[in-house]
Amino acid sequence: MVQFLDVILLTFLAVVAFAAVRMRDLFGIAMLLGVFSFLSASLFVVLDAADVAMTEAAVGAGVSTILVLSTLAATGKTVRPRSGRWKLPLFVTVMVGAALAYGTLDMPRYGDPSAPIQVHPIAKHYIEVSPQESGIPNMVTTLLAFYRGFDTLGETGVVFTAGIGVLALIGRRRRQDGTAAEALGPDVVAERHIIVRVVGKMMIPLVLLFACYVQAHGDYGPGGGFQAGVIFASGLMIYMLLFGIDAAERLVPPSVLQRLIALGLLIYGGIGVVNILQGGHFLDYRTLSSDAAHGIHYGVLGIELGVGITVTAVITTIIFTFTGYLRRGSATQQEA
Amino acid sequence: MSALGLYNYWIFIFLMMCGFYLLLSARNLVKKIVGLNLFQTSVFVFYISTGKVTGGAVPIFTEGVAVYSNPLPHVLILTAIVVGVAGTALGLALTLRIKDTYGTVEEDEIDAKDPLT
Amino acid sequence: MDMALDVLSWILLALGGAVAVLSGVGLLRFPDVYSRMHAASMLESLGAFCVLLGLFLQAGFTVVGAKLAILYVFLLLTAATAGHALAKSTYEAGVKPYERPGRRTDSQLGEGSNG
Repeated sequence: MVQFLDVILLTFLAVVAFAAVRMRDLFGIAMLLGVFSFLSASLFVVLDAADVAMTEAAVGAGVSTILVLSTLAATGKTVRPRSGRWKLPLFVTVMVGAALAYGTLDMPRYGDPSAPIQVHPIAKHYIEVSPQESGIPNMVTTLLAFYRGFDTLGETGVVFTAGIGVLALIGRRRRQDGTAAEALGPDVVAERHIIVRVVGKMMIPLVLLFACYVQAHGDYGPGGGFQAGVIFASGLMIYMLLFGIDAAERLVPPSVLQRLIALGLLIYGGIGVVNILQGGHFLDYRTLSSDAAHGIHYGVLGIELGVGITVTAVITTIIFTFTGYLRRGSATQQEA
Repeated sequence: MSALGLYNYWIFIFLMMCGFYLLLSARNLVKKIVGLNLFQTSVFVFYISTGKVTGGAVPIFTEGVAVYSNPLPHVLILTAIVVGVAGTALGLALTLRIKDTYGTVEEDEIDAKDPLT
Repeated sequence: MDMALDVLSWILLALGGAVAVLSGVGLLRFPDVYSRMHAASMLESLGAFCVLLGLFLQAGFTVVGAKLAILYVFLLLTAATAGHALAKSTYEAGVKPYERPGRRTDSQLGEGSNG
């Protein structure tokens, strides 16, 4: 029965991808990207990847689609018909696809329990040892935060860099005395949409609360720092869309956000340094407490908090910066 | 053993190639980035599908469950998803600046205004 | 008793699926934006209700059941608001509702009726 679900979702995905290739309207393609992400998230659930499904739904169907739509607001929605340039890309694509399909002939069948990846001792080690050693039921969280903690530190660093990069590219320029260097256009306030504002006001605390729940519950169910960060940022984004970016920037000033971006990464690295000071290796949380399992649990909670703070601040910064840029763009259009 | 066999992988390759084709052939920069996103997401699904065990459960420790799906691909793909969105954000920010500088996001018009040779 | 609950939840899930298919057909076949939005929001309210109630009957009064109930309330609020916002924006952008060609207008009806 589950195979049925698999086949149906795969067919939907293939149809959506093909429609995205053929579509001319960029707005439609952005929406198809959101649909594709959502269908992938459903497929992840069927493939037993609950954490990944949550992250893909929040990040792909949420943030990515919003960013593409914001960009399209500035760059226009229609694509001119292309003329004659499809032959070479189609040839390259077909060749690469054929090579990959040839490569899959050697791959183990889908779901095979005797596949090399399942039989390798490290998978068995993680599955059997991690719940006892750390006291955390969610093996993915333990793997992400403890056994592969260094990778996650790098990933948080990448998120940090993306936030800094977006600020550097399209952030607000300030003169020496602190006043804004550019004119501001009309604000994005949903003034006449009363129903949306009222319902939004009811929803925002629930969304933020759910984000905190996901952050805290990452050990016992699907969840963790990344998902929580993105959901929290989505709550703040609802606030910005309803009440305007001025009100949103009074609520979370950009200076505070920039400090939070650094604070999360500092917490993460700081826990690693504390481990060194206690006499262990970098990011070896067993030194944090006399009992190794408790130590690992404290370490995981701490670094998930750091990750959550950084991801929240970065995604919020990115969305506020994009909106601010569009606002300045519309100001220059009004002057011109 | 699932009856789907290799069919799964071929559909994933088709999805990847749709994204890849968009990336190669689109003239509009935003469409290229959307193609990149499609490609990345298809790769994620492909990778996660290698970790699935038929009859396995979600890799969260519960009493009475004997077989779990492999958690290692999940960890790697979690990182990859976040890195992907970071890259998308930066790419779109670059697109906005390109639009500012050249007035267009169509590749051939940009090339005409600022040729490489 | 168990069997009755099972059968009821099968019926509800099948009903939810049928509503989804009908809503999809409506989304494709209706002539203008507003009727299509009506078809889409029918899925979000009625279809989601049937499916979630069917799942709730399976889950019982547990944490999962509570989550399903909260999910439905949330879905109802947000989907209805989204549909409203979309329809209002479309109307304010100037899109007029569909009029079937050859339809008698109200003034013609007023003249033709017997009063």
